[in-house]
Amino acid sequence: MARQRAYGIADRIGAASLNGVPTISRVNCESGVCEGGVPVIPAAFSYHRPKSVQEAVALLAELGENGRALAGGHSLIPMMKLRLASPGNLVDLAGIDELKGVRVDGNDIVIGAMTTQHELIVSNLLADKIPLIRETSLQIADPQVRYLGTVGGNVANGDPGNDMPAVMLCLGASYSVTGKSGERRIAAREFYQGAYLTALETGEVLTTVHIPAPAAGHGWAYEKLKRKVGDYATAAAAVMLTMKGGRVENCSIGLTNVADTPLWAQEAAKILTGSALDVVTIKKAVAAAEVITSPASDARGPAQYRTKMAGVMLARALEHAKSRTGG
Amino acid sequence: MARSQIELKVNGKSVEALVEPRTLLIHFLREQLNLTGPHIGCETSHCGACTVDLDGKSVKSCTIFAVQADGADIRTIEGIANADGTLHAIQEGFREMHGLQCGFCTPGMITRAYRLLQENKNPSEEEIRFGIAGNLCRCTGYQNIVKAIQFAAAKLNGVPFQEAAE
Repeated sequence: MARQRAYGIADRIGAASLNGVPTISRVNCESGVCEGGVPVIPAAFSYHRPKSVQEAVALLAELGENGRALAGGHSLIPMMKLRLASPGNLVDLAGIDELKGVRVDGNDIVIGAMTTQHELIVSNLLADKIPLIRETSLQIADPQVRYLGTVGGNVANGDPGNDMPAVMLCLGASYSVTGKSGERRIAAREFYQGAYLTALETGEVLTTVHIPAPAAGHGWAYEKLKRKVGDYATAAAAVMLTMKGGRVENCSIGLTNVADTPLWAQEAAKILTGSALDVVTIKKAVAAAEVITSPASDARGPAQYRTKMAGVMLARALEHAKSRTGG
Repeated sequence: MARSQIELKVNGKSVEALVEPRTLLIHFLREQLNLTGPHIGCETSHCGACTVDLDGKSVKSCTIFAVQADGADIRTIEGIANADGTLHAIQEGFREMHGLQCGFCTPGMITRAYRLLQENKNPSEEEIRFGIAGNLCRCTGYQNIVKAIQFAAAKLNGVPFQEAAE
């Protein structure tokens, strides 16, 4: 239930930038929640900074619903400031070195959950192996947010507005999560269940993102329509593509912020496979992608418009990805 | 709620303090350290007026708790000027190019530009605009802010500043 409630919350935060709602946080400050002359906005909590995943997991198990893991904090802290989230304990994962960095493990690229968007952008390994990640990170929020915002937070939070989840569906990624009873691996395509509702259980920490290395010469694109810098997508599409003899050999498509969860547009990809990406086939695929969307009507536009924009983003992403194949 | 002991470096000086975990870094800087250069604009992670440099990153100090900055090395606008008290090239740029009107966003703009120029010594206009996208100027004085940063880049690189034709 708490998670369901959180959805409305995020919407209000999103609306804040448009409607000038930030007065909400001022009300809290004026309501006298001040101590020692220092204004404080979030509700009081205890702060923990474990040094290892094991320690973090033990803490979270002990705290149960009263504990929240803190990654970059750029979703959670704004919610806490608005008193829309008030965990009694924050377990900061920033002190855990094993959660940082990008490495190769066999056929997988493995990204630590606490790797920041900025670190993804400057990673030569990712730029070389999975340029789709860099292209996406560059379109998330703004520089200051990217210095702190993490890939783990982005994929684990379950916010349908986040960009990385659809990209992970597109890439066929999986997540390693660790809980009190040990470690398990969850496919990104099975992770998202609803807005802020994921396969992550209370007390579990998402530790690493595993991405099968894409084929050499693949094409990629993340096309995102947003009203302004820092905004969530009105609609966005991620495409990975390989071509052989002028025809699509493999294709995978992810869609952002046009449903309660990120979407993996399987049917659209199936339609495109084997085609030469001609106009007629692209139209068919776009229609198949639009049909699975169910966006909300909100400040970013009416639902119908956002569905159409998902189609437009997909068509652009296909064209862009195609132009990058074979390199 | 128990207070936490934090130790950090602010503008080159070591600081030890007791903070409530819920104290945001911006409030700690302004209210406990009396560093009122970083401004509180929107309080919602949008405007960038509260930007400070933390361990080589530009961060919005309204969206991080002081306790998270334990052990960090922070630079605020108060620590940007040269050691001899003369203006930093970026500050000089803002003065020379009229990079401020009301001045409210200026501390955040300058601290952000400081990190941007550390990472990219000779940014194009497009790179500057992309790099300061997390800082809002409600006077909409972006044109001259961009020029101010170009001026600073030129000065730091020891080359004459040439204003682009409009």
